[in-house]
Amino acid sequence: MSAALIVQSAGPFTTVQDLGRIGHQASGIPVSGALDPVSLRIANALVGNEGGEAALEMRLAGPVLKVAASRVRVALCGVSSPLQILAPEPREVASWQSVTLTQGTVFRAAPFKDSITAYLAVEGGIDVAPVLGSRSTCLRAGFGGLEGRMLADGDTLPLAMDGPGARPDLRLERPFDLAAPAKLRIVLGPQDDYFTQAAIDTLLSAEFRVTNEADRMGLRLAGPALAHEAGYDITSDGIATGAIQVPGDGQPIILLADHQTTGGYPKIATVISADLPALGRLAPGTALRFAAVSVAEAQGIYIASQREVSAILRAPRPVRIDAASLSSRALLSANLIGGVVSAAD
Amino acid sequence: MRPEVTYLPSGDCALTVEFGRSVDRQVNLQVMALDAALKDRALDGVIETVPTFRSLMVHYHPSVIDHDRLCAEIGTLDIAPEGAASAGRLITLPVAYGGDHGPDLQDVAQAGGLSPEDAIARHSGITHYVYMIGFAPGHPYMGDLPPELTLPRRKTPRTRIAPGTVAVAVGQTVIYPFASPGGWHAIGRTPVALCDIAREVPALLRAGDKVRLRPIGPDEYDGMLGRPVRDCITIEEPAR
Repeated sequence: MSAALIVQSAGPFTTVQDLGRIGHQASGIPVSGALDPVSLRIANALVGNEGGEAALEMRLAGPVLKVAASRVRVALCGVSSPLQILAPEPREVASWQSVTLTQGTVFRAAPFKDSITAYLAVEGGIDVAPVLGSRSTCLRAGFGGLEGRMLADGDTLPLAMDGPGARPDLRLERPFDLAAPAKLRIVLGPQDDYFTQAAIDTLLSAEFRVTNEADRMGLRLAGPALAHEAGYDITSDGIATGAIQVPGDGQPIILLADHQTTGGYPKIATVISADLPALGRLAPGTALRFAAVSVAEAQGIYIASQREVSAILRAPRPVRIDAASLSSRALLSANLIGGVVSAAD
Repeated sequence: MRPEVTYLPSGDCALTVEFGRSVDRQVNLQVMALDAALKDRALDGVIETVPTFRSLMVHYHPSVIDHDRLCAEIGTLDIAPEGAASAGRLITLPVAYGGDHGPDLQDVAQAGGLSPEDAIARHSGITHYVYMIGFAPGHPYMGDLPPELTLPRRKTPRTRIAPGTVAVAVGQTVIYPFASPGGWHAIGRTPVALCDIAREVPALLRAGDKVRLRPIGPDEYDGMLGRPVRDCITIEEPAR
């Protein structure tokens, strides 16, 4: 039998995602891809994959999975809560590190902490066919990922590799900081002139809350209404990820990875790309504020954040037993079961 | 004369190049001309472009080309719209009008003071122009309808519109490639897949194409289901 993970219970919203489907927006095909691409890339680095390999994106809670391969190396990233091994021997493995699991192991992500979006990367990747250059799931049109849909109970998730490569498991030097910036940074426009000055002032000073209408297409916010100066219908134009569109009720919607390529509501501002991963982590009820930056500033921040991520991706250390981690049941058992312990960093 | 262009930042990784604010064929041809010129120029750092009714969205890598330099480069391009007018293909699609395939045909005809037969004759008698693809994969927005076929969207959107449905509102025609809710008036249905991920360009129609709709009966519709697309449509490439 070929290597696979058996989905014993699917979790509320689990999809296969990579870094997205580039180059088909003119055909109306959304980019899709990981809501938190930074965590996806780190998870891949920890299992030894190239940066953009497809992984499981898990929202709100994770699936229960069973290893149907001789051994498989996985890493949970995006949340500070651990991976829970349920059988045969219950134990926990910290997030932001890889662990090698043997045939028959049943595991899941513990209840999520510090984000509602987590990633499980598997060494070698998930063996679903790329569609238009990407393995990301396009739910709208039903293609990509596993049969173009969310995972369901009883699914078999095929893996590209049976048995991990001969290298130690890896962990990040320190857990990744998942905190959102105190104020999400935005560039005003493209249609800020459709709004009153009071609406712009409100956007930049008031507190907004993420409502329950939060999915991969976007986050509907609740806050003081943003008044339109020039109507709320525009002739449809292109949409960038992070765009904050404001329909007639004045309540903003931040558009995320699965957004339509075009739309007819005015967009008052766009969240800068460096802050998009934080948006993917926000739970309903979270309060947020905005601060405006110029395009030039946003582009400087983007370049700096890309450098920061590259540095993190270069820095994983082999998982090892040291005095500090002796008390950590998770790290200790990970090494004992994984069987690969490196003495040197 | 160079048209008036507005450069609107859409965050730090996308630029909206706007030529106007309404649905206008000349404005759209300008968008198409810029899209073609930008593709020819193949600027490093430009990821992809999305033409819409009245603007071109340019997605780019700011670490390769920044906002100011991208705007400056676009400013140097020759974007005379004359070439764009003759660039699109002419595609003929079969459509079964009315009945179960077009439950709103009667209402649309009545609103324009026409018989259903007249409404079909007028809708299939003109050449539609694809302004843009958006809303869903492969979903075309086409214009322009004569006044007697022009009406607002439905007061109550339908919760499910069948895939392939041809629908009209606000002087335009759309075709829904996938089942979805929708507020437009469903007047017919094409058996041809408008989005097929097995094709190199998944969307059958592209912005700038011209489209003729050929009325077919329900039996011909059924016979075409599942047949290869090339057996059901005709495509005339533009003269170069």
